[in-house]
Amino acid sequence: MAKMTLEELKKLRETKKRELEKREITGKDIEIIVGMATCGIAAGAKQTLSAFLNELEAQNLSNVLVRQTGCMGYCYAEPTVEIRMPGMPDIIYGKVDPETAVKIVRRHILGKVLINDHILDKPAADIMKK
Amino acid sequence: MAFKSYVLVCGGTACQSSKSEEIYKNFITELEAAGIKDDVQVVKTGCFGFCEKGPIVKVLPDESFYVEVKPTDAKEIVAEHLVKGRQVKRLLYQGEETKKHAKVEDIAFYQKQFRIVLRNCGVINPEDINEYIARDGYAALEKVLFEMTPDQVINELKVSGLRGRGGAGFPTWLKWNFTKQVNDSPKYIVCNADEGDPGAYMDRSTIEGDPHSILEAMMIAGKTIGSNKGYIYIRAEYPLAIHRLEVAIKQAKELGLLGKDILGSGFDFDIELRLGAGAFVCGEETALLASIEGERGMPKPRPPFPAVKGLWQKPTVINNVETWANIPVIILRGGAWFANIGTEKSKGTKVFALTGKIRNSGLVEVPMGTTLREIIYDIGGGIMNDKKFKAVQTGGPSGGVITAEYLDTPIDYENLQKLGSIMGSGGMIVMDEDDCMVDIAKFYLGFTVDESCGKCAPCRVGGRQLLGYLDKISKGKASRDDITKMRQIGTAMKRASLCGLGQTAPNPVLSTLTYFEKEYLAHIDDKTCPAGKCKDLITYSILPEKCIGCGLCARRCPVNCITGEKRQPHVIDKSACIKCGECYSVCKFGAVMRK
Repeated sequence: MAKMTLEELKKLRETKKRELEKREITGKDIEIIVGMATCGIAAGAKQTLSAFLNELEAQNLSNVLVRQTGCMGYCYAEPTVEIRMPGMPDIIYGKVDPETAVKIVRRHILGKVLINDHILDKPAADIMKK
Repeated sequence: MAFKSYVLVCGGTACQSSKSEEIYKNFITELEAAGIKDDVQVVKTGCFGFCEKGPIVKVLPDESFYVEVKPTDAKEIVAEHLVKGRQVKRLLYQGEETKKHAKVEDIAFYQKQFRIVLRNCGVINPEDINEYIARDGYAALEKVLFEMTPDQVINELKVSGLRGRGGAGFPTWLKWNFTKQVNDSPKYIVCNADEGDPGAYMDRSTIEGDPHSILEAMMIAGKTIGSNKGYIYIRAEYPLAIHRLEVAIKQAKELGLLGKDILGSGFDFDIELRLGAGAFVCGEETALLASIEGERGMPKPRPPFPAVKGLWQKPTVINNVETWANIPVIILRGGAWFANIGTEKSKGTKVFALTGKIRNSGLVEVPMGTTLREIIYDIGGGIMNDKKFKAVQTGGPSGGVITAEYLDTPIDYENLQKLGSIMGSGGMIVMDEDDCMVDIAKFYLGFTVDESCGKCAPCRVGGRQLLGYLDKISKGKASRDDITKMRQIGTAMKRASLCGLGQTAPNPVLSTLTYFEKEYLAHIDDKTCPAGKCKDLITYSILPEKCIGCGLCARRCPVNCITGEKRQPHVIDKSACIKCGECYSVCKFGAVMRK
């Protein structure tokens, strides 16, 4: 391989840093939780998850954590996605296909606007916290 | 293509000896079989530090900390956690205190630690230079090559207060400055990776988990003092660390971060490895340099110091692995940041290899000033099997023991010296009521006598004499006079030996004599070993009133010296007994007595 210049090293560092940051959870105050139970996977939740990851990469967002979870109960509306972020109410979206995933990133996370056609509900009260 | 999950498998030597390599390979196979190998990245990292609970597997971004993982568990973790998103609860770390399944931040083992030296261990793949670069790797070198003058580097080190971590604690800035000022060439940079203390493996884990930090630090020193050549002297008994260094050097050369005209700065640097050949004394700096030169590893009188006349009589900076690992961070964050950590005279952190009769054994890195009690009880989880704490030994064969009344001592170079021990390279061995202090002193003396190079009489002759007395004491054949003689010989060795090996070899004896004189007197006057360790002074016998004749001891005895009818009290033939203690440990009725 060719020898590196200072500029090339700095660029390499930036790229690899972003890749490595995807593993971390500290400093990430926005969470996208994708339901990945059997019904979810059957409805295409894996493609939805990939769409989220790709859009976040394209928009250069490093403070968003993408997680998987089990069945939220809205099996008729899969794929379901819960979005938690400071300054917005916790929302569960239903029927989130890859296209809607992109919309969620652009409108909800970046634009701080709810996407009306897909809102299902707020998450249920957490009895473990009471 | 982005990864949805990451599986970090610990690839340190300890976990590897528990099959972590197989675990790593199984993950790759299982992910392929489950059809999700493009969604999950499997990374082999360096040592996580929590060696007691190894092999360790960490799943991100779920922050799941799996412990004591077996190769066959990979299938279940893939099927349950990675495919279905359900954590495998039985493998999750469960804190003793809370019995809750812990996130990494909550694990008591890690809470009081501050990982500077071990910053990348357990986080990156040490065989991928890109991951090192992503975590600000080689950014310190950039700064030194393009933004700082050598005097500025020296000043940053001075402000930081970094002291040599090999054990002597000499101010690092001063050593570099001496070497920089000598008007001679060529100059050399040497890394001492000949970690020889029994039970110490801090340097090994640092190299295995983060080899580039050493390379970068050595280049920084080279630019600062005016050297273009570095040597890493590493003991041959560390094959994995050697392999990781070789990979790191190769990758750094490929990217032009090692070699000619680095990053277009005009600065050249090359690093070579030199392997040791099994001699503890080659960890001593002048013996090490002699060994690189192809001579027998024997120390030389100082002055002149290596800074003036070192490798091939040329100015040489030689530092310990842990000292090197601190350098890039000090350059990037500034000496003042580093000086904020620790005590007034001992700045920064120290890595300890916490071993012995402790629940959570492993590598811990704590700020200087942390107390022994915090390390042993809060981080270490206390004594195994709820036995009583007896002493903690620091500094390896050069150190001494510290008893319970001093557990609240904040750790730093001066405090440990005041207690009759030393910081050393960081070995910390915890002892309980079943450990005999005479036996411990005898073990260490046996080691140093074996490793003595023989050049100077105080060490060569004095060490052997000390060992002889300890042997007599452990066999119940000594007199009180012998204690006086041991103290005299010990003092002579400390004053007159040519190098640190001989000067510190008496420390374990003198220290145990100070704190545990009664135990020595029991061996001498009463011819007993209170801890039940010294074989010549203990006998095993069976109490007929407690023995129910189950025969288990007889079956386990390796020399078949226990006889008896079924359901009749059994008898040990004392003339044949080899005192292994097996009958004592297996008897369920407390019928075997050890006196």
